[in-house]
Amino acid sequence: MATQTTGVRSTGPNEHGYRRFQLGEFTFSRDEYFVHVAWPTGSHIMSADAFLRALQRDVAWGFFYGIVNFDGVIGTVNHYGTVDLFAGRYNDAYRKAELDHVENFPSPLILESFQAILDDWTNAGFDPFASPHETGGAFGPKAGENRRATTRRRVTARRMVGVPGDEPLRSDESGFPINRQFVDVPQDEPEIVAEPGFEGQVSAFNLFAYLSRSDVTWNPSIVSVCQDSLYCPTTEEYILPVIHGNDRVEWFVQLSDEIHWAVEDRDTGAVRARVVMKPGDVCAMPADIRHQGYAPKRAMLLVWENASPDLPQLIASGKVPTNPVEF
Amino acid sequence: MTTYTTRFGSLQRYEKGGVEVINDDAKNYTFSNMFEVASMAKPYEKVAVGKNMEYVLEVLRAEGTSGWRAAAHDEFALVMDGEVEIRLRKLADPAVVPAGTRGSVSLNGTPDGQPMGRVRARRGHMTLLPVGAAYQFHADRPGVILLQTVAGADTQFRWAEICQTM
Repeated sequence: MATQTTGVRSTGPNEHGYRRFQLGEFTFSRDEYFVHVAWPTGSHIMSADAFLRALQRDVAWGFFYGIVNFDGVIGTVNHYGTVDLFAGRYNDAYRKAELDHVENFPSPLILESFQAILDDWTNAGFDPFASPHETGGAFGPKAGENRRATTRRRVTARRMVGVPGDEPLRSDESGFPINRQFVDVPQDEPEIVAEPGFEGQVSAFNLFAYLSRSDVTWNPSIVSVCQDSLYCPTTEEYILPVIHGNDRVEWFVQLSDEIHWAVEDRDTGAVRARVVMKPGDVCAMPADIRHQGYAPKRAMLLVWENASPDLPQLIASGKVPTNPVEF
Repeated sequence: MTTYTTRFGSLQRYEKGGVEVINDDAKNYTFSNMFEVASMAKPYEKVAVGKNMEYVLEVLRAEGTSGWRAAAHDEFALVMDGEVEIRLRKLADPAVVPAGTRGSVSLNGTPDGQPMGRVRARRGHMTLLPVGAAYQFHADRPGVILLQTVAGADTQFRWAEICQTM
């Protein structure tokens, strides 16, 4: 049920300097350390740091594919045009106690509201996309803003990074220095020889060098497109700030270093498996799980997505299985 | 100051992770390692290590010179190990790959058409294999290519051989 259609609803600053926001029957407020979320049947508290990191991904990804759990209680479900905001919907205890709550909003409205929260609650010096070691803290009374960080544009190549007219390569000059944990990654570009008349039609680039210059963590960005098949590589360090619930099969290819995944049942949160991925490993995440990654050292991960708009319904209706292949 | 070492895999040196099952079936994760797959493959066999509906990730062991292939859609070759020369030739007759064909098709001999150029790609280098062009791989020493494409007639599915089952 859509409860609100236009506008951001908020109060003036509280004693800590932060505005309070209302979205349908949900309210969001923060103090120096914590974010408080309330709904008609309950309330919840999260670290401001963890909340802003999760909120940043949800906003930047346009609510991504499927479910973005901020933690075990709060999150969103993307219906690609509208978005559910939920509390306890994918938590077995809340469901059994009938304390869960879900409201549906047009995507532009919830996006506008989330952007307003992110803008107001992110202080100068805190970058929600950065690894904890590379940014200042999220805590304390309101102190400025960091719009340069919170409004970064997500890379979405139309064909391939580096193709003329498409997403550009990264360099020191364009503001993308090599990350401190990737200084040993070779920066050589492929040698391209184009015959006369075919200049600009022979394209290649160093993906690993490109990733070594990423200034964000846990932010899949599109670098190549084969119809609905999208390569969305990303660099990972520390903990994925959301627990991603799949509405389609998603694949991971470990390009460098190591990531550990905690895999749970998508709807209840019951533990199903642990996955350890090392360079060259390829692994599917079934369409009925949720997962959270842990990267001890900055790692390159290729997230492979099928962006077909038909998939969520096909899987939800049982016409397509939740696991990728039968063997 | 800490010195970090970035770890990549190769045919010569890879260490496989795995699925630790708690309440699930390991087969649901279709877990494999591309270097292990390539170490068991014949040159330029197209072995699927990922499948999402009609789309696949194929691993190719690059060794020697491949035949010429072409597709009715873009494909992307990411070199994961070794050094590979990728030769491109504009198809004089694009109809040798009928529109709508899924995946690439093998072409007889060297296709008619102008040479477009070549790419010498090493680990981490990604090359566009553009629609309308034929391509050929060459590697002096064994290497590994990860191909982003659509499943085609020559895609090999060997899940039971390559994936963790327990």
